[in-house]
Amino acid sequence: MSTRSYAAADSATMLRRNLRHALRYPSMTVSVVGMPIIILLLFVDVLGGAMSSSLAGASANGATYIDYVLPGILVMTVGSGSMPTAVAVCTDMTEGIVARFRTMAISRASILTGHVVGSMIQTMLSVGLVIGVSLLLGFRPTTDPLRWIAAIAVLALLVFALTWLAVALGLVTKTPEAASNVVMPLFLLPFISSAFVPLATMPTGVRWFAQYQPFTSIIDTLRGLLMGAPIGNSAVIAIAWCVAIALAGYLWARTVFNRGPAR
Amino acid sequence: MTLFSSPALTAVGLRKAFGPLVVLDDIDLEVPAGTVFSLLGPNGAGKTTTVQILSTLIPADAGQVYVAGHDLRREPDLIRAAIGVTGQFSAVDNLLTGQENLILMADLHHLDRRVGRGGAAELLDQFDLVDAAKKTAMTYSGGMRRRLDLAMTLVGDPSIIFLDEPTTGLDPRSRRGMWQIIRDLVAGGVTIFLTTQHLEEADQLADRIAVLDQGKLVAQGTTDQLKALIPGGHVRLQFADANGLESAARALGAASSHDDRLELQVPNDGTVRSLKALLDRLADHSIEVDGFSVHSPDLDDVFLAVTGHPRHEEVSIR
Repeated sequence: MSTRSYAAADSATMLRRNLRHALRYPSMTVSVVGMPIIILLLFVDVLGGAMSSSLAGASANGATYIDYVLPGILVMTVGSGSMPTAVAVCTDMTEGIVARFRTMAISRASILTGHVVGSMIQTMLSVGLVIGVSLLLGFRPTTDPLRWIAAIAVLALLVFALTWLAVALGLVTKTPEAASNVVMPLFLLPFISSAFVPLATMPTGVRWFAQYQPFTSIIDTLRGLLMGAPIGNSAVIAIAWCVAIALAGYLWARTVFNRGPAR
Repeated sequence: MTLFSSPALTAVGLRKAFGPLVVLDDIDLEVPAGTVFSLLGPNGAGKTTTVQILSTLIPADAGQVYVAGHDLRREPDLIRAAIGVTGQFSAVDNLLTGQENLILMADLHHLDRRVGRGGAAELLDQFDLVDAAKKTAMTYSGGMRRRLDLAMTLVGDPSIIFLDEPTTGLDPRSRRGMWQIIRDLVAGGVTIFLTTQHLEEADQLADRIAVLDQGKLVAQGTTDQLKALIPGGHVRLQFADANGLESAARALGAASSHDDRLELQVPNDGTVRSLKALLDRLADHSIEVDGFSVHSPDLDDVFLAVTGHPRHEEVSIR
């Protein structure tokens, strides 16, 4: 049917709509990128002195604490970027506009595609901003352009995965407030990972959790790509996690969305 | 010509239940093209569910439905291309301006950019929204929001328009404005499927009316046919004490009394002649009446007439 051939055009229309929302009401976008920057400043300038002494083994040849912590901060930025996605999707569903879209001869998938692409653009811009701030604060990656591209690709894959998960969470929550709460773990989980201190410094139970949760493998992969630390099998595990989360989020979102407006 | 000979919408044996709750129970509808059809009923009768099914928003459990000549189950996209829907709850994008909302609709109808913008400007003018065109819909009043909602529905020139309680919550002036807009649409050849709680609204606008009660169609016909079912209104008499109420009830025969309110309801068509007859009868029996009011037929009377039971107390959910 004609709707299929219009999928691209409709998705572009929905993308324009979502970006216009973000531009018009930037407060949430600003707070989303502000939080990781505050945490970056806190850990580097306030706690940095104490933290670097505990890194003695992990940091090689003169690397400072900001070099160690930045990959974790970047992952947090992505986690925090899922909040406006979930809230925007939930708001859409609670208002009548999506019911209107559903009675129009448009590509239905474009409603979700518009959210995913719009959120990816916003979150990748946030990531870029955080990298810019960290460079000003003294972040000195020991990497080459190819590894930079690989690191950006890993981040983009993570953004894609968490965005689909956030879309699904936005669809199943009843109010925008609930949507913003339910994605909080995506922002908080990096605290219990290799983001801020090496796993070796943690007590056994916490270490076990930190070692096997998805963010650690992703952070270790980024750290390897940006700072030249050993990656090992982290990259494979990280990509597997991202693909699994993206697929689960996508299928979940699609199922809930197709179930219809009965909420 | 063929457009008028075939119905815009037919439904046979429409059923829908949410869990154990049967919302629509074997509904048959037929709406000729180019006419206004009104589904009349109280809150919870199943009006919104009917609109949601006919407009492809939710599936029916059973029933054969054709809208604009297309099978609802097999060709929902062809139906979507032919219809416009203004639901009971506002379906505008609050974060966009009125103009942006209309252009969004034009884009989703894949209209040429220039055509879309021109159409948006025309609709803003037609719906008296030019001054508010650059303001976000969030700042609109209830009436403006309804007008924008309907204007968005009209983008793409739908041939069948569903309006779910289009005047609920509007002040009398906005309501009359909405009625005029609907009349203009019909004059332009559009078919309208309208739901309402008000007999007056159905009376003003509709060619045919169907009365829905607890998921069942209890009456269907032209406005005149339906009015013939109504016993022509009633007179309400108020008494100072139970004695007066009792003797009046005896003197007037068939009448329903509310003992606790000392009130008597007497069928009466409200003409001067029949009112005089009633008052003469009361005077003959020297019955003192405290209060007296004439009620023209409303939805309550239609309900009483076609279902034999009064309308349920309504609980507003908004």
